[in-house]
Amino acid sequence: MKKLVLAAVAALSLGSAAMADPIKVGVDVAAYPPFTSMDADGTWKGWEVDFLHAICKQAQLDCVITPTAWDGIIPALTAGQIDMIMSSMSITEERMKAIDFSDKYYNTPTSMMITKGSGLKPTDESLKGKIVGVQVSTIQEAYVQKHFPDAQMKSYQTSDESYQDLAAGRIDAVVADGLVVSDFLKTATGACCENAGNVEDDPAVLGQGVGFGLRKGDPLKEKLNAAIKAVRADGTYDAITKKYFPFDIYGK
Amino acid sequence: MREFLKPHRVFLILLAAAIVTWCAWSLQWDWLAKPKYQAMIVQGLWQTIWVLVVTMVVGMMLAIPIGFAQAAGPAWLAWPARVFCSIIRGTPLLLQIWMLYYGIGSLFPSIPWIRESALWPILRQAWPYAVVALSLSVAGYEGEVMRSAFKGVPHGQLEAAKSMGMPAFTMFRRIWLPQAIQRVLPTIGGETVLQLKSTPLISTITIMDIYDVAGRVRRDTLIVYEPLLLLAVAYMLITACIVLLFRWFESRVPNRTA
Repeated sequence: MKKLVLAAVAALSLGSAAMADPIKVGVDVAAYPPFTSMDADGTWKGWEVDFLHAICKQAQLDCVITPTAWDGIIPALTAGQIDMIMSSMSITEERMKAIDFSDKYYNTPTSMMITKGSGLKPTDESLKGKIVGVQVSTIQEAYVQKHFPDAQMKSYQTSDESYQDLAAGRIDAVVADGLVVSDFLKTATGACCENAGNVEDDPAVLGQGVGFGLRKGDPLKEKLNAAIKAVRADGTYDAITKKYFPFDIYGK
Repeated sequence: MREFLKPHRVFLILLAAAIVTWCAWSLQWDWLAKPKYQAMIVQGLWQTIWVLVVTMVVGMMLAIPIGFAQAAGPAWLAWPARVFCSIIRGTPLLLQIWMLYYGIGSLFPSIPWIRESALWPILRQAWPYAVVALSLSVAGYEGEVMRSAFKGVPHGQLEAAKSMGMPAFTMFRRIWLPQAIQRVLPTIGGETVLQLKSTPLISTITIMDIYDVAGRVRRDTLIVYEPLLLLAVAYMLITACIVLLFRWFESRVPNRTA
């Protein structure tokens, strides 16, 4: 009996020690400005990074950013190499089969980018026989598969590679997050291209916004949800957003 | 039959059967039943196999002159061939593929006459760059192999042919090349297997080969190990075909070494 009690005490103290451990936050290694990107001196910056700091301060968590390859980010979470995902991951039905999500913390439209003057429209009819680039395992890839079946889809490991090929004229369009597209169009390489507008919304594929990805049943979820609410309410969210965007990105 | 069924073989067969049964029962294979993935797997296998066959054939056709130039050519041919082999063998294949696709390939569109030419629809795709890069790689490695094969042909035979007044090209075609090929056949078999294992690199330039298909299934279904196991089996089967094919080739080539 005594041994059992001792074991229980040990387990409890171990448990609380684990709680105090830093939370490893998985971020796609490839830059995703203006949300996450790495400075020349190696520090992470961007809207999502500022937001994470605000959330962790609010929820009194010790958060450490852990760069992880995008295509293995969910297995890394379920295997315990990271404790949560903060990488502009859209909340979708398909992903919810494997992991849990916090409430959304932003929601942006999906846009299509084309080379200047090509006149393509984000419709299946207009894109017939054209080559459309997307990043692998994204909602945009799922969207192109479902809604533009007559277009030829090309999947890239990182979004940067698809922009490069669009600028080089090897593909006719790129379907990506609207905010990231407008950010890219402001750069020197982006001069080649223009925004062809948003695609028609489809919540079943495009999801219900972006949230933190968590292991199934992780109690961290309630903490994060409360923190998101608090940060929204006290104006911190708006203050951070103003630094990067001229409008509110929380969505409806 | 009794000869074949030695105790250690029976044990190994049972062990293999047990592993296969365990994999089939306790792992998740339901995704294999989906027509979407079946089509992708067939397409991926086809992509891997044709790239392998085409690049081996083109590469060997380049390797023969490159090897011959190094073994018996004049200095102005031997040196460029040597430099080519050194560059190809001295740099990673991934780098070569990316230099061609993201380097030279992205310069083409800025040249108007290329962009307006009839070849542009082909040049804007990824596979020409993959085929060129992998073929050059074969040419570089096998050029070196062919060099030593040409050098290994006994000099006396060549001198005898010359003294009989045989024309130079006939000498190459009837004495030099057949013996060189015969010498390198086992090596080329091995190199083909290695080349098979180089093909996954083309998935980094958006070509959907069998390796890329496994990655897509993993990302879609979030099943971690099963697509990798399937991938391993696929490569092992292709390797087995290559090995058998080269054994058959070798048995067809008469053994004429002195």
